Amino acid sequence: MVQFSLDFAHLLAGGLVLISFMLLYQDRMFGLLNVFALHAVVLSLSVSWQAYVQDAPHLYITAAIALGLKAILIPIALHRVVVRLGIHREIETVGGIGLTMLAGMGLVALSMVVMLRVTGAADPLAREDLAFALSVILLGLLMMVTRRNAVSQIIGFMSLENGLILAATGAKGMPLVVEISVAFSVLVALIVIGVFLFRIRERFDSVDIEALDEVRGDRS
Amino acid sequence: MALHLAQWCILALAFVAIGAVVAPSSPRTIRTFYAACAAISIVVLALAARHLLTQAPAETSRLPIGLPWIGARLRIDAISAFFQLIVNFGGFAASLYAIGYGVDEESPKRVLPFYAIFLAGMNLVLIADDAFTFLASWEFMSLSSWALVVSRHRDRENVQAGYVYLLMAAFGTFALLLVFGLLAGADGHYGFSAMRSASHASGLAGAAMVLALVATGSKAGLAPLHVWLPLAHPAAPSHVSALMSGVMTKVAIYGFVRIVFDLLGQPAWWWGLVVLAIGGATATLGVLYAMFERDLKRMLAYSTVENVGVVFVGLGLALAFKTNGMGSAAALAFTAAVFHALNHSLFKSLLFFGAGAVLHGTGERDIEKLGGLIHTMPQTAFVFLGGCLAISALPPLNGFASEWLLFQGILLSPDVPQWGLKLAIPAIGALLALAAALAGACFVRAYGVAFLGRPRSECASGAHEVDLFSRGAMFLLLAACVLTGILPGLVIDAAAPVTIAAVGESMPRQVSQSWLNIVPIAASRSSYNGLLVMAFIAFTTIVAVRAIHKFASDRLRRAPAWDCGFPNADPATQYTAASFAQPIGRVFGETVFRTREKVDMPAPGALRPARLVLSMRDPIWDAIYARIHGAVDYVSGRLNVLQFLTIRLYLSLVFAVLIALLLAVSIWT
Amino acid sequence: MDLMLELAIQGVQMAIVLTAAPLLLGFTRAVRARLLSRQGPPLLQPYRDLARLLRKEVVLAENASWLFRSAPYMVLAATWVAASVVPTFATGLYFSWTADLIAITALLGSARFFMALVAMDVGTSFGGIGASREMMFATLAEPAMLMIFFTVALVAGSTELSYVANFMLTHASLRVSLGLALFALIIVALAENARIPVDNPATHLELTMVHEAMVLEYSGRHLAVIELAAALKLLLYISLIVCIFFPWGIAPHGAGPIGYALGVFAYLSKATVAAVLMVLFETSIAKMRVFRVPEFLGVALMLGLLGILLRFMSRSF
Repeated sequence: MVQFSLDFAHLLAGGLVLISFMLLYQDRMFGLLNVFALHAVVLSLSVSWQAYVQDAPHLYITAAIALGLKAILIPIALHRVVVRLGIHREIETVGGIGLTMLAGMGLVALSMVVMLRVTGAADPLAREDLAFALSVILLGLLMMVTRRNAVSQIIGFMSLENGLILAATGAKGMPLVVEISVAFSVLVALIVIGVFLFRIRERFDSVDIEALDEVRGDRS
Repeated sequence: MALHLAQWCILALAFVAIGAVVAPSSPRTIRTFYAACAAISIVVLALAARHLLTQAPAETSRLPIGLPWIGARLRIDAISAFFQLIVNFGGFAASLYAIGYGVDEESPKRVLPFYAIFLAGMNLVLIADDAFTFLASWEFMSLSSWALVVSRHRDRENVQAGYVYLLMAAFGTFALLLVFGLLAGADGHYGFSAMRSASHASGLAGAAMVLALVATGSKAGLAPLHVWLPLAHPAAPSHVSALMSGVMTKVAIYGFVRIVFDLLGQPAWWWGLVVLAIGGATATLGVLYAMFERDLKRMLAYSTVENVGVVFVGLGLALAFKTNGMGSAAALAFTAAVFHALNHSLFKSLLFFGAGAVLHGTGERDIEKLGGLIHTMPQTAFVFLGGCLAISALPPLNGFASEWLLFQGILLSPDVPQWGLKLAIPAIGALLALAAALAGACFVRAYGVAFLGRPRSECASGAHEVDLFSRGAMFLLLAACVLTGILPGLVIDAAAPVTIAAVGESMPRQVSQSWLNIVPIAASRSSYNGLLVMAFIAFTTIVAVRAIHKFASDRLRRAPAWDCGFPNADPATQYTAASFAQPIGRVFGETVFRTREKVDMPAPGALRPARLVLSMRDPIWDAIYARIHGAVDYVSGRLNVLQFLTIRLYLSLVFAVLIALLLAVSIWT
Repeated sequence: MDLMLELAIQGVQMAIVLTAAPLLLGFTRAVRARLLSRQGPPLLQPYRDLARLLRKEVVLAENASWLFRSAPYMVLAATWVAASVVPTFATGLYFSWTADLIAITALLGSARFFMALVAMDVGTSFGGIGASREMMFATLAEPAMLMIFFTVALVAGSTELSYVANFMLTHASLRVSLGLALFALIIVALAENARIPVDNPATHLELTMVHEAMVLEYSGRHLAVIELAAALKLLLYISLIVCIFFPWGIAPHGAGPIGYALGVFAYLSKATVAAVLMVLFETSIAKMRVFRVPEFLGVALMLGLLGILLRFMSRSF
């Protein structure tokens, strides 16, 4: 039973990494939103599995937040943003998809090595889950770096945050997990609302954040 | 006994060289001399095989030549004998091929003496037992092959190739000199036995390993030192190209094995990592270069670069296992490496002979101008197809057997404890798989464009088959490819003493397995049976053919090609080699070669043709050689000023140097 | 006597894969037609197609060489040998140790090598375009397949399919690396069998085809042999997926007639489910542009690599 719960947790965490790669690969707006919703669903599954295994009912709240907010509400909201901004064209990536994927592989390998080496003596459940969580975080960062579009950067940020929650729930007995996840969710919601309300397009006529650079004072 | 006879054989080769200089150059004498080379090769081959199969102990001897009062130390052990097998089988096949092919050379006397010296030099490298003999014979090998490269010196390109080759050979020998300097230790031992028994400090041994990798890698064609190889190998006459590509690179690999596995003792863990990384990169880069090459012989030379990379991956794995005391795994990886070296010598010689036959039959090396040779040169086309299958690692031929072993070695490596290796080995495995798949695409392209389809030029449609000896040599090599492919167990057993000498253990004995399987570790882990695969394929083919011919209609009609209803009689409408490579160029070339396609479309109504311009950059040339060239250019431009000084300034220069020297002397004491 | 029995079982396996392959093809076509609300061809249509092709005369291009005439048999032989060492209804087949997972990949590679070569034999531009694109796909699909098999072999500790199936049966557990491998193998299988997101088996629109472009010049019995080999390849991939990832119900070595019958039944039902799932997937998406395919296959390669990387890092993945 212990072995099974371990394997299932790994499978879910591994699935999260896989979906992070799908996010990196996906270059259509609506596809990206759907994949992100899937990311959140798998996260909430993973968190509820941890809640079940660790017998920690408060984690169910985190799972519910992940499911309700990130798998349903935010994707729908972003969907509307995308439609209203009229940016359902392809996303430009810096470098080719192949190179981005290779970089992603390197990051996963790196996080594996770091985590498995540093936490040699730790509980295997936490140890390998942490390694996956770090991969998800790094992949989220990579996505934010390689995308220029504000909406896809938000998605990158949210997938990064999903990684943080995975890490927090994977470590047994970590305090304030629920509070942290709530706080993050509020932050994300604020950012989404920000994009939605300010409607960057009206100000700068583009959601390409490189356009923002032109407004900066320190550039000649 | 074996050593003694080998010495006489080398001497005999030297006599052949002298004889070739003085004898009149009639076709008959040239044939005789090549036949003599073939005979000598077969004698050494038989001796080496006997030494290996009887697992004879090492023999040493000392000749009163070389350095005065010290002499030359020679030794033959299992490693030497195995590589003698490779060298002399290649030498025999090349000499046989040359009995027919060498006569048509424009100036055969410019080739033959150096050819014999080249063979003698390679054989001498393999039995040298001290640094001086090794270096001297290494230089014999390099210089004689250089002379062969520039034998057609009227061609500007060949002279340039010879120049680059000479530079790289000098660089390699210099690195080798430093290796032996480091190994000689404080007492200055230059005999190999003293180096073997001395214990080397770890930093020093590491430096020696890197230098040995550079020295032998520059001769074998490891990236980024491979640049001379695709220039020089094709420039020589085809039987010499085959020797240089198929055999001389193996002598370089022998040098690496001798120094790193035999003389240096226990390796450090990072050695394996370095060798693996360079091997993997070389394999992939080499085959990518080959993919875009339109000169048949240069394409083959680039493919040699790839295969050398594969061999070094095997050696790197063996080093990694050896560091960690995983004896049986090290034996597996090492066997895979030497097996692949043997296989490569067989099929690469075969392919170069085939390319030589094409060159002879059509006068053309550019595959874009060939096509349809399967009709005009049916036998060459058949053996070349066999070579392509073997080099693309397709079962049941020999290329697959060694790559299979190598993959089994990779599957054993999760037990390696070092994290660096754990990270690198999966990536190297992927590179290797990629290289194997690309090699398949590369040879489909070469064969499909050169031998299939319709002739693209006059010379291709008027091609003729080569002579009997050349075809005989090619069929001999094809038979060897098939035999080593379906009976890999024999080769593995023959290589057992070599692996014991190099890594201390050997693979389990294969001949005693049921059905002549090869089983590297245990039957529950993996096994492969080339013979049965061959038998199975033959059986299913026969069943299919018989059944079809029994039940199906056997009517057959020749008609114009269908081509979706719009056949075009112009051969120019066929797919070219460039267009075949274009999709792969898009996938891999953009990152590696920075390929750019530019379409220049005329305005509507304009009468000029549209153009597609494809530009590629060579990353290694740009990153390293172009910079070295630039630096040398800059420095020499600056120093050029020194040629136009007044006498007073020259005098003051001399004076300054004198003062500097005196100062140095005063500080030194 | 034992030997005879073993040989007989091996022979049954070879016969089953050869005869069931067109049926599988007919089944997928029928299901696909139903999903598209069409009547669709009868289940046995592929057999009739083959029979008709066999009856027709061969029209050979004027400059076709001997290779052109012999390659279909080579393609069929290589595919058939590969298919007959993949356990379908029973493990421990007599000749299963002849070729392991790596050799199966290479055998399929041989079939492809010949196919691509003969596509260039007649010297038409369509043949060239097909061969070139096929080899482009192969340069990614083949390494991807090797990486997948490495992952599987590292989990099961063997590259022999019989041992792999037994291992999966007895030590079944959820593993991240296996999940990645399954995902990747499905991608490779779709690409290698010229199924929809990569190639359309039903099209004859010149510029979109890959496999059909290669066999354009074939007719009569040669075409029949090639079509049979293609059907066999589809069956082979489905057997591979089923055998590695879902080996339930496979008969162990020496199971006796009832055990073997059950094995056959289990295999047929699993293959049916797999075929339905494949068709469902196919009907729900559109074909890709040619230069999107390398990215698609690159994902498979990357997943396979990720799988072995995880196995190298820790035994518990």
